[in-house]
Amino acid sequence: MVWAESVPRVWRERAKKYRLLGGKCPACGSVVYPHRQVCPYCGSEGLQLVELPRKGRVISYTVIRHPPSDFVGKEPYVVAIVELEGGARVLAQLTDVKPEEVREGMEVEAVFRRYREQSPDGIIEYGIKFRPAH
Amino acid sequence: MKFSMNVGIAGYGAYVPIYRIRAAEVARVWGSGEEEPVREKSVPGLDEDSLTMAYEAAREALEMSGVERSEVGAVLVGSESPPYAVKPSATVIAEALGLTPRVVAIDMEFACKAGTTAMILAAGLVASGAIKHGLAIGTDNAQARPGDELEYTAGAGAAAYLVSGDGDRLLAVLEYAYSYVTDTPDFWRREGERYPRHAYRFTGAPAYFNHIVGAAKGLMEEAGLKPSDFDYVVFHQPNVKFPLRAAQMLGFKPEQVKPGLLSGEIGNTYAAASLIGLARVLDAAKPNQRILVVSFGSGAGSDAISLVTTENVGKKKSSLERLLSRKVYVDYGLYAKMKGILRVA
Repeated sequence: MVWAESVPRVWRERAKKYRLLGGKCPACGSVVYPHRQVCPYCGSEGLQLVELPRKGRVISYTVIRHPPSDFVGKEPYVVAIVELEGGARVLAQLTDVKPEEVREGMEVEAVFRRYREQSPDGIIEYGIKFRPAH
Repeated sequence: MKFSMNVGIAGYGAYVPIYRIRAAEVARVWGSGEEEPVREKSVPGLDEDSLTMAYEAAREALEMSGVERSEVGAVLVGSESPPYAVKPSATVIAEALGLTPRVVAIDMEFACKAGTTAMILAAGLVASGAIKHGLAIGTDNAQARPGDELEYTAGAGAAAYLVSGDGDRLLAVLEYAYSYVTDTPDFWRREGERYPRHAYRFTGAPAYFNHIVGAAKGLMEEAGLKPSDFDYVVFHQPNVKFPLRAAQMLGFKPEQVKPGLLSGEIGNTYAAASLIGLARVLDAAKPNQRILVVSFGSGAGSDAISLVTTENVGKKKSSLERLLSRKVYVDYGLYAKMKGILRVA
């Protein structure tokens, strides 16, 4: 177990997990995901809440073959950094793809999928993943 | 039923998972020796369920319509395979689409018929002036006991319709609706049971055919229409044979049925089946064409809905063709894992 099973955490994070809500910096124009108060690039405040594009490309990825306990049975799966159109970067799972098919630069699009079940009688966590855009 | 004002479809979306299993592969394991009812069926990935598929279809319907999210007044989700026994899918879908909190949201169940009933109810809310636009969704990840006849066909998919009263946006107008229901125990699943049961050949004449024919005839009599007035007809499709036979019983030609008949490729997608067929037809339709959709849900009942396309039809298409062409075949072992028949951990 590498995470704390928490219902309030899932509830608190639902908007940013369900929707690609990012922040646009009014000073330097950087777009970040998820939305936050302070721009990580220039330190300015007052980032504007923006809905990010659903298409992007894989910048880097890793294949998970020995997953944490709550993802057992789903391996092997791919976790990637996806750069969306407009520049925001998102860390997310790839889906509908075999690990050996993934390439840097691969075009992907956002989909809504199951992340994990907290337990057979616990809540189901959902959110954004990416799949090949072909 | 005739709606008191102009109400119709402003956008639609369909979703089918990427995975397929061939009926021949199911027969390899369970081998009945009989002819298989479909060629192949759709299988959801390990991270998919009726809720995630519904979201994908609904997002596409909303985007096609161009309607502002703040103006969507209802999310009605018809399914017999919700991921929770108690906790609505409609709220998760509404939240993920950015429609919360000022929205009517409800999950509905009537075996394979809940999607078309969602459309009728959304149209009623729009026609009454209570809401401007509403989303009606049919979605299912159908379950079948391993080795059961149903396992050849129990598929996965979703379709969603943005029902609207905004005349300029409509790509098809809902002309008439006719519901036909009786207490007919052809198929059921008791609380806490994992798989449904059915009454074998009882699912044909007294169930599927009685209700499909009853609803279609009822609509045509009430509306003063005949089979030749329709360019397309879409029936609930539990296999390939039943909808073709229903068409013959009612006097429709195979050419009217085939464009919306997808069960041979994706299996029976239950509450989504007739609505995915309608999406296929709308993708191909031209302005001023008339379409008849007749669902069937066990237990039992049918909704017949007639639609007439407008000048807006075909300007935007759904992603259905792309989803149908993207296929990854799985063997029975992987299928069993994806369907949760094989349980890990």
